[in-house]
Amino acid sequence: MQLNDEVELLRKVALFSNIEPAKLKLLAFTSERMNFDAGQSLMRQGDLGNAAYLILSGEADILVDAGGGPVRVASVGRNGFVGEMAVLRDQPRTATVTAVTDVSTLKITKESFFQLIEDSPKIAIELMRILAQRLETTTIDLTGARARLRAAGIDAN
Amino acid sequence: MDPNIFKYIWRYSRSSQTVVLSLVIGSLPFYFMMLDLPRNIVNGPIQGKGFENPDATATFLKFSIPLPGFLRDIFGSASFTIFEGFELSREPYLLALSFSLLLLVAINGIFKLQINTLKGRMGERVLRRLRFQLFDRILRFPTTHVRKVRQAEVASMIKDEVEPLGGFIGDAFVQPAFLGGQAITALMFIMIQSFWLGLVAGLIVMIQGFIIPSLRRQILEMGRKRQLVARHLAGRVGEVVDGALEIHAHDTSHYERAEITGRLGQIFQLRFDIYRRKFRVKFLNNILAQVTPFIFYSVGGYFAIRGRMDIGQLVAALVAYKELPTPVKELIDWDQQRMDVQIKYESIISQFNPEGMIAPELQDPDRSEDAPLSGMLSAVRVTLEDEVGVKLLDGVSFSFDVRSHVAITGAVGGGQEYLGLVLARLVFPNAGRLSIGGRDMSLLPEAVTGRRISYAGGDSVLFARSVRENMLYGLMHRPLTPPLVLDENPRREAMERWEIKRSGNSQYDMRADWIDYQAAGAQGPFDIDNQIAAALDVVLLSEDIYQFGLRGSINPGEHTLLSANILQARSVLRGLLTDAEIGALVEPFDPGRYNQNATLSENLLFGTAVGGVFALSNLMQNGYFQSVLDKAGLMPELTRMGLTIAETMIELFSGIAPGHPFFDQFSFIAADDLQEYQEIISRTARVDLDELSATDRMRLAALMLNYCESRHRLGLMNPELEQRVLTARSAFASGLPPEFRGAIEFYDPGEFNSAASLLDNILFGRVIYGQAEAQSRIGGLINEVVGQLNLRWEIFRVGLNFNTGARGRFLSSVQRQKLALAKAILKRPDLLVVSEAVSLLDARSQQQILKNIKQFCQGRGLIWIGGQPDLNKEFDQILVIEDGKIVEQGKFEDLSQSGGHLPKLIAVG
Repeated sequence: MQLNDEVELLRKVALFSNIEPAKLKLLAFTSERMNFDAGQSLMRQGDLGNAAYLILSGEADILVDAGGGPVRVASVGRNGFVGEMAVLRDQPRTATVTAVTDVSTLKITKESFFQLIEDSPKIAIELMRILAQRLETTTIDLTGARARLRAAGIDAN
Repeated sequence: MDPNIFKYIWRYSRSSQTVVLSLVIGSLPFYFMMLDLPRNIVNGPIQGKGFENPDATATFLKFSIPLPGFLRDIFGSASFTIFEGFELSREPYLLALSFSLLLLVAINGIFKLQINTLKGRMGERVLRRLRFQLFDRILRFPTTHVRKVRQAEVASMIKDEVEPLGGFIGDAFVQPAFLGGQAITALMFIMIQSFWLGLVAGLIVMIQGFIIPSLRRQILEMGRKRQLVARHLAGRVGEVVDGALEIHAHDTSHYERAEITGRLGQIFQLRFDIYRRKFRVKFLNNILAQVTPFIFYSVGGYFAIRGRMDIGQLVAALVAYKELPTPVKELIDWDQQRMDVQIKYESIISQFNPEGMIAPELQDPDRSEDAPLSGMLSAVRVTLEDEVGVKLLDGVSFSFDVRSHVAITGAVGGGQEYLGLVLARLVFPNAGRLSIGGRDMSLLPEAVTGRRISYAGGDSVLFARSVRENMLYGLMHRPLTPPLVLDENPRREAMERWEIKRSGNSQYDMRADWIDYQAAGAQGPFDIDNQIAAALDVVLLSEDIYQFGLRGSINPGEHTLLSANILQARSVLRGLLTDAEIGALVEPFDPGRYNQNATLSENLLFGTAVGGVFALSNLMQNGYFQSVLDKAGLMPELTRMGLTIAETMIELFSGIAPGHPFFDQFSFIAADDLQEYQEIISRTARVDLDELSATDRMRLAALMLNYCESRHRLGLMNPELEQRVLTARSAFASGLPPEFRGAIEFYDPGEFNSAASLLDNILFGRVIYGQAEAQSRIGGLINEVVGQLNLRWEIFRVGLNFNTGARGRFLSSVQRQKLALAKAILKRPDLLVVSEAVSLLDARSQQQILKNIKQFCQGRGLIWIGGQPDLNKEFDQILVIEDGKIVEQGKFEDLSQSGGHLPKLIAVG
């Protein structure tokens, strides 16, 4: 797969859909192609991360370990974008991502990602929108969970 | 330092100044004689005085000393004759006198040369001393001041701003003496010839010397005033433009016209005054220049006619007068320079005179002590303020054994880092008292605090040296053994020592061995690396250093054993890589195959460039390399592909600011060259590629050299091209001219490549791009091989040679912190102060390092500041600091009871 094909794939990711092709090409060019064998992990929960991954082909599981061993919370496939949270804030990974099949990715480093944001403020707005959406979902989930806990007679605070 | 530059200069160059001044005085009689000789020439041989008789002779070179009265009786004559002289007739006498004049000119010239040379040396010496003293003062600045200092400013003061002072130092006393002496001699000479002419000349010199500069000063003053008025005018015009609407609304345009008229009148008056004065000065100057000859000719001529003066005297007076203006003018210049330099000097030294300078006695290197620190470390109401009076530490009091392990913790901004600085005596408190074993810490010399106490902070600075030298830096307090090799020229050596003494510089020899091996627990240079390794182990940095070693290179001539072992490691690794699964992660160098994971030039050269000849940046310009490409018929294709790269690069990078790290990391074209390639591309729009100039084609083809398909993914390579590159590869090696033999080391499976890193030598190939964990898995495999062959230690030692770069920029921030901490440990201090020194590390490493350090500090004092509060369990005492005050003190168990400050910190932290 060549650079131009990668650009095409990038355009299909919601976050990047409104970005000029030239900027995406720079993102692709400054990113590394990285293949994972089935069973290899793209990232591990708790590790420091400096890259996000765009999945070009294959399937991967997202696993979270909340103390009782890893639990699969979602899976991602082609065009999936993972690991961007750790890039945005210098914090350890919040989940483990493991390849189920052989997975081919574009490894987008923190530097390239920030360069893109610097170049295209649109991306920053898009990011905020996505993050706000996630926060909203999380808040609703949390409220729901608390309500259920209260109903069960447990003080959630 | 003296506030007055003259006092400063005089203090440090008194003896040299005296020598030069006496030379100046010694030169004046010869100057006088040089002025006097024309009179003798004109009067004697030319006018014929004393030669009225054709056979008359004159005495040449007769030396006699007039004798005082009481001696006259003894000698029976009025003078004592030393040399009788020669009797010469008129023409030879003229010739003899003329040659004497020439000789005097030469003598005066030699005097001048000597005076200038001495002056120069004197100036340079004082300048050297001044620079050294300023630098010495930087070393004695209180550390709180150093942080505020703008380093570029201070550096440029020492480097550039004192430079003009150097020029003036030599002139400070000598110039006025020399020029003044000359002027006075010339004046006196004229006066001897004729009192009145002398008086006139003196008067004119006075006018020139005093009135004209003062008139000029007035003009300058008026010029400044004019500038001010003009600025106001500009401001007013701007105001009018801004308020145009207001003016029309109130019909005040005539008021504004009148206003501006008034201002223009002021400017006119000032400018006119300046002109008048300027031309008045010019007029005065001209008149003075013209009137003097007039007086000399008329009055002097009158005296000559009347016989009160002879022609020779008149000529001589004229010659002497001609000599006058130069010294006077130079004296005026000197005076101007003096004011200038004094101001500059004052402004420089005021920058080097902060409050609270460390006393020189505290830095006396001989005041070290053998006894380790012991007793109680006590603080009594210690207060530290910043420059605006905010209390960073506010009446802090505590006391604990200097050998105990103490943690100081608190919320961000609590002041704990300042407490660390104060405890390491790097900052002196404004009030209160710190003592160790009853001794006031503020009186302890740096030879004690800097050797018995170690401080590691979060942002310790590393110098641009090797890791080893950075580590040893903390052991270099003073030279211990004299240098083994002195300068082979003992005279130059002695000269240098003499100059160092004369300019008050440091007497210590840089070439001596400064390293205090004993302090680090080593015997000498041969086993110090063991101690360094131990210290690096404590901070978990040894693995990184070993990795530096792997990436470093060695000279196989010096490391015969290691290079042979590396070759062995290569073959062991090759054996392990036969396993298909892991073997797929490495593409070995094979003379008969194109390496997909190497660049085109690497494939072509199939070796490592030594020096610049085949370096990537010069490669395309190399005639031999070009001929190889041409013979292989590669050029047209490389040019075409280079064009594609150029177009892509311009598309990708033209929007990025020059200097962005992307250019270094990713672009094929440097930021500065983008424009040039843009032009080449626009040329290709008009003509075919093969019609481009040879330079353009080469520029394009050069881009391909760094191309690697699996990395850059532009889809340019194809098997047919690879095949032709292979042909070129063998042609390049087989036809290599003898003069280029040393410029490349080919990849030879059986040879050590001294230009490549140890890692590349072992790997002898490339880890493939784009496979996850390929690097780490192969790295692990190499580690295994290295361990198996027991090469770790030697490779680690190669890593100690790694240069950390200015401020340690070749290290990661975590590595910098670790190295700084290791440096503090190597010194084996009695008290180790670790202040936020591992703040950038992850929690697990912090924990491990703390454990190691506590182990290391058995029997030593440890003060651990900051970091995660829950790390503090193992300490003898914990101090909790808040807003510069100690709010809690005790053991972890006691403080961790709920309700205190510590649990809150742990909850937040």
